[in-house]
Amino acid sequence: MTWADLPALYPMLIPAATAVLLLLTLTVRRDARLAAGVAMAGFIAGLLALAASAAELSHPVTMLLTVDRFAVVFWGILLFAGLLVSVFAVGYFRTLREPREEFYLLWLLAVVGAMVMAASAHFAAFFLGLELLSVSLYVLIAYPRMQSRAVEAGVKYLILAGASSAFVLFGMALTYAATGTLTFAELFTHLTLFPGDVLLLGGVVMILVGVGFKLALVPFHFWTPDVYEGAPLPVTAAVATVSKGAAFALLTRLLLGVIQAQPGHSTLAVIFTLLALASMIVGNLLALAQGNLKRLLAYSSIANMGYALTAFIAGGDAARVAIPYFFAGYIVAVLAAFGVMTQLSTPEHELQEVEDYRGLAWRYPWSAALLTVALLSLAGIPLTAGFLGKFFVLTAGMAAGRWTLVVTLVLTSGLGLYYYLRVITALYQAPLEGEQPTPPPLHLPHRLSVLTGLALAVLAALLLLLGVYPSPVLHLLAWP
Amino acid sequence: MILLALILIPLLGGLLAWWAERFGTRATRWVALVATVLQLGVAAGIWAVHPGGGQTWWLDYARPWIPQFGIGLHLALDGFSLLLVLLTGVIGVLSVAASWEGITVKVGFFHFNLLWTLAGITGIFLSFDLFLFYVCWEVMLVPLYFLIDVWGHEERHFAAKKFFIFTQTAGLFLLLGMLGLVLTVAARFHVLTFDYFTLMQHPLGLYPLARWLMLGFFLAFAVKLPAVPLHTWLPDAHTQAPVAGSVDLAGLVLKVGAYGLMRLTLPLFPEISRAFAPIALTLAVLGILYGAVLAFAQTDLKRLVAYTSISHMGFVLLGIFSFNTMAWLGVTIILLAHGLSTGALFIFVGILNDRVKTRDITRMGGLWARAPILGGLTLFFALAALGLPGLGTFVGELLVLQGTFLVQPLFAVLASLGFILSSIYALWMLQRVFFGPPAPHVEARDVKPHETAMLAAAIALTLWLGLYPQPMLDTARAGVAQMLSTPEGGTP
Repeated sequence: MTWADLPALYPMLIPAATAVLLLLTLTVRRDARLAAGVAMAGFIAGLLALAASAAELSHPVTMLLTVDRFAVVFWGILLFAGLLVSVFAVGYFRTLREPREEFYLLWLLAVVGAMVMAASAHFAAFFLGLELLSVSLYVLIAYPRMQSRAVEAGVKYLILAGASSAFVLFGMALTYAATGTLTFAELFTHLTLFPGDVLLLGGVVMILVGVGFKLALVPFHFWTPDVYEGAPLPVTAAVATVSKGAAFALLTRLLLGVIQAQPGHSTLAVIFTLLALASMIVGNLLALAQGNLKRLLAYSSIANMGYALTAFIAGGDAARVAIPYFFAGYIVAVLAAFGVMTQLSTPEHELQEVEDYRGLAWRYPWSAALLTVALLSLAGIPLTAGFLGKFFVLTAGMAAGRWTLVVTLVLTSGLGLYYYLRVITALYQAPLEGEQPTPPPLHLPHRLSVLTGLALAVLAALLLLLGVYPSPVLHLLAWP
Repeated sequence: MILLALILIPLLGGLLAWWAERFGTRATRWVALVATVLQLGVAAGIWAVHPGGGQTWWLDYARPWIPQFGIGLHLALDGFSLLLVLLTGVIGVLSVAASWEGITVKVGFFHFNLLWTLAGITGIFLSFDLFLFYVCWEVMLVPLYFLIDVWGHEERHFAAKKFFIFTQTAGLFLLLGMLGLVLTVAARFHVLTFDYFTLMQHPLGLYPLARWLMLGFFLAFAVKLPAVPLHTWLPDAHTQAPVAGSVDLAGLVLKVGAYGLMRLTLPLFPEISRAFAPIALTLAVLGILYGAVLAFAQTDLKRLVAYTSISHMGFVLLGIFSFNTMAWLGVTIILLAHGLSTGALFIFVGILNDRVKTRDITRMGGLWARAPILGGLTLFFALAALGLPGLGTFVGELLVLQGTFLVQPLFAVLASLGFILSSIYALWMLQRVFFGPPAPHVEARDVKPHETAMLAAAIALTLWLGLYPQPMLDTARAGVAQMLSTPEGGTP
């Protein structure tokens, strides 16, 4: 590593340095607005620095990290999500009667951890990133510490994430025992040369348990609805976007090459296919009966990870476009949905039930419109980002001839429509004359800050732009 | 450019109508009316300028959209598409007029959805890029869902969801079929394109996978048409939708299914479609008879009309899978005539609902004495629906039966039984609603002037179709012949 390597890492180093700066600031002056401002400035500076990284593409920076186009794209997504979650947190935590400053500190660290994962080329970097992200999330989930539901969710996540980390570590140890190396590149060589090595496969499968936990793939999904429900809304958004994006980027780095090199019926391919099928089916089926919007979105995210896995299994050039595009669309839609919910909630009173949103369209038409578009995007309706994401995933799956996965995706998407429509129906249930009394007003101090309004507007614009005019992004994604 | 305008007028009109709500609901209604009239005017203008006859493709507009995937913004127009766009314009004006008094809540959002549905449907008739076609196909669904879900009748939430899930899932199979076709062509001929004309020049023939792809293309359109085992969304959606929604559904959305079969399924998969014809024809005859029998059993007036649609669409399916120009021209006329007459019947049910406050036939009766003009108008459309000579549907169904008889006499004979059944249900309905002992609580008011105007326009057009269909047949002929003259489709 030389000085010349440094600019490539700026997008990651800047938020990390901002965390230190924020820590120092807090010793001088405790002010939530200042802390949020510093964190947002850090994220924005990181996003700007991406331009510098983009100039230095396909660049191994030490043995641990690779800054290539894939990393840069995912860094962009993660930093963007980081920025927006901070914006949402400002409005959401305004009524919290406890220190709010550390939230932004932890959040910066979590995003840095996620970025390390997305760029890692070595198991050490993988584990460092994973733990940085997880440990920050333990605290973030339980941040409103006087609320039992948040603490319960935090403890649940702590125990399960801890256990899954142990699996990852053990898997790494087995891999090391089998190959004598910790770099992803060597792992790829060994896996393609000796696809039947049981020790190695065992190690990889154990690592998969850890990654599957973060992605909430079935059968590692049991924590998801509870943690989504218990965590404060901005953190739920974080778990749904940053944590999953990082884990999927890592999975792509670690195994996309292997899956592509091996025949369709290899052990790993079969395992992934089963995970994808189970996630699509179980996620969509369990979402059907949910009356709680957070839990519903939790199951929807499980299903969405199954869709993403379809592109992953398909491999090929199509997958290299489909995976980032799908994630960009997914993350924008999830952020928009949680953004609307956050903006109507406070830590003491979150609007969680679908019933709470009945008739929202006639009171807050813009919020309801954005939530509608976000849900339609998650359902994959054209003119939204989610449709093109799903379209590219389908293209990848069909190009690789993965018919079981593709047909399952289509059928479960049809199933999924039902619960998205249920929410949309509730949003637009007009208080028609004589039919039902006007629903109870949302007892909230509804005042949209300029910043939140701007963030939601950007999300709305992105949802439509990514759904209508994908050419520039596709151009960006063209693999080096 | 003018093709883009045909789509943009309702799109922008919808936004404008929503915005105009702040100046009162009258402003919204007028904006919507102007937009639909404008669209109809532009389409009629195209018809007037182009004499038709000779060339197949009248207009063409192509721009790249997502070049990485070979997707373009390709719009084109032939006589067949033009007739359907004209129908869209007419039905659009009618549905705005039909909701002039019936819709009183959220008027802006209602007209926005109405116009965006029209835009999506127009887009379908003009798209010659498979991806664009699919986008328009889906864009039409969401506003239509809102039309049913927000302004519909008592069971509207259920009906709206059922409609959406049926058509959307079928649509995803269409998407799979499209992707499969494009990728197979890309693999075999090394051209990655969603362009209709380019794909037509690279026929797959009897390629093994093509069988499945054709099924995807068939399924989506058969749900929309609807063909019989896939029809169950239709009675619910038609019954629960507001008047304008039912008019749109019956007048236009069902036509989209027929259009898709004629434009995409058969030209893209000619050999396999021919092999598939016996199954499709059986479904068609089943639909004709089953729809008519069920229509006879309904007591809900809207549901009755909905089932007659299933019966008529059976004739459409029959004609399409007879593979000859005569039958296809007949189908074209049925599409136009059914759109008008069924649209008018739904408007009439709306008017009746306004007076009687029920759609239950058993609670009506004796209306003729109090509202003779309404009765007369209804008699006209009921006769049009049952296929009385001189009215549009008759011409269409006769051509279809003749065309089918040439190739599949057995199916034609069976289908002609539908004529008997349709006379029974139409006359039975008239008898129950207008004659017999008068029902209590019936408001004596007859039709209002704007209602008369609406229905008079529909009558004039139906008569035109029935007495002098030659202009329509001439306009459609070149396009229809081109779609049947596969596999080499001429580019514009």
